[in-house]
Amino acid sequence: MLKRTPLYQAHSDMGAKLVDFGGWEMPLHYGSQIEEHHQVRRDCGMFDVSHMQVLDIRGSDSRNFLSHLVANNVDKLRTPGKALYSAMLNADGGVVDDLIIYFMDESWFRIVVNAGTADKDIAWMEKQATGFSIEISPKRDLAMIAVQGPNAREKVWEALPGSRELTERLIPFSAVEMGTMFIARTGYTGEDGFEIMIPAKAAPFFWATLAEKGVKPIGLGARDTLRLEAGMNLYGQDMDETVNPLEAGLAWTVDLKSERDFIGKAALLERPLKYQLAGLLLLDRGVLRSHQKVSTSHGEGEITSGSFSPTLDQSIALARIPREVPAGEEVRVMVRDKVLRAKVVKYPFARNGKSLI
Amino acid sequence: MNIPGNLKYTASHEWVRLEDDGTVTVGITDHAQSLLGDMVFVETPEVGRKVSKGEECAVVESVKAASDVYSPISGEIVAINGDLDGSPEKINEDAFSAWMFKMRPDNASDLGTLLDAAAYQSVVESEAH
Repeated sequence: MLKRTPLYQAHSDMGAKLVDFGGWEMPLHYGSQIEEHHQVRRDCGMFDVSHMQVLDIRGSDSRNFLSHLVANNVDKLRTPGKALYSAMLNADGGVVDDLIIYFMDESWFRIVVNAGTADKDIAWMEKQATGFSIEISPKRDLAMIAVQGPNAREKVWEALPGSRELTERLIPFSAVEMGTMFIARTGYTGEDGFEIMIPAKAAPFFWATLAEKGVKPIGLGARDTLRLEAGMNLYGQDMDETVNPLEAGLAWTVDLKSERDFIGKAALLERPLKYQLAGLLLLDRGVLRSHQKVSTSHGEGEITSGSFSPTLDQSIALARIPREVPAGEEVRVMVRDKVLRAKVVKYPFARNGKSLI
Repeated sequence: MNIPGNLKYTASHEWVRLEDDGTVTVGITDHAQSLLGDMVFVETPEVGRKVSKGEECAVVESVKAASDVYSPISGEIVAINGDLDGSPEKINEDAFSAWMFKMRPDNASDLGTLLDAAAYQSVVESEAH
């Protein structure tokens, strides 16, 4: 039996094509994935991301615990509401999950983890919590709606009385509480907007209000092409427990400079680095897909995420290839029974409505 | 579900139209395009290529996945629809006008093995369960 979010009925009513997404029955699209993609880059759209898991860490040791638990440095979080993206590593330096941590106060941090890994993550955190005076509480009564695009904030302000005053000055990558709601200026599309946590019971009404203001529903299909264009990793594809974050484009989130010790740090300092995560732009006609083999001047690699980019109108990919391969090199990709040419590029490919290639 | 009665079908979701000049026109069904979603790339076979019934002879790629198109009969490819090259979305817009290729059958008897609309409808319904 697939799990359903509080917005399941709304998706059904709006004509969504519903699919099994990591055990959840979620909308893939509501008609055209490509139109939905453009809708977000050019105007705005809303996503049901209630399948993602919100966790609260409470207690006097919250900061110390997170400092031990995650690879990024939670000491960057000093202003209440500030958010931090981080990987959570195992002892071998592999990625257990990637997550966002919101600092609310010294005894309350809020975390959002991926849907498919939520149970594993909670078990992992509980195991690491020994000796720390903290409590981990999954917030299963919260739905989450992401409103993304250049006009997203304006639409939320129209739909949610009182929110403008509270969030107009909210800087990117930070959050604020509004009654029982939690509004964060974050997202997974490369566009401005909010991710809004709201009690499950109130979610359908808020979704309907946004729809009345003209905000179009967007499926997980477009969410994937938007994040790929924006150069954001997807857990389970671009990294997992076997992958070194330093070879997965996540070096900027791994704090090896400070004295602080964290789970996986010792392993990372010892592991030799062979790969990089690079962008690929397909020069021939076709579509790049995950697991296709890549041949470079310095050896073999593999595509971790590939699709068609609606903004660039050509196929793009993230690929794990040898570190020595420079941007600009032309590589070969095995696409089904053919060898196609692709160019190594620096990503992101597109953000804020524009191609960056 | 849109399954025109004047066409023939395969269980692998191709539609086939018998033309007056003895050739057949082939495309993928509306059901197939709706499963695949937005089309972004179509690879058609070479004109002149000989194909056998059931042979992979074209590829449609949607944002979601690549899918083979199988030859409904044995014969020779005599024409391809070049319009799909720049506008693969025509398959989404109207799958039954967006033909992919035309063939000259080797054996007229092959045509008798194709499904009629009612039989194809049963195939689609059985897949849904």
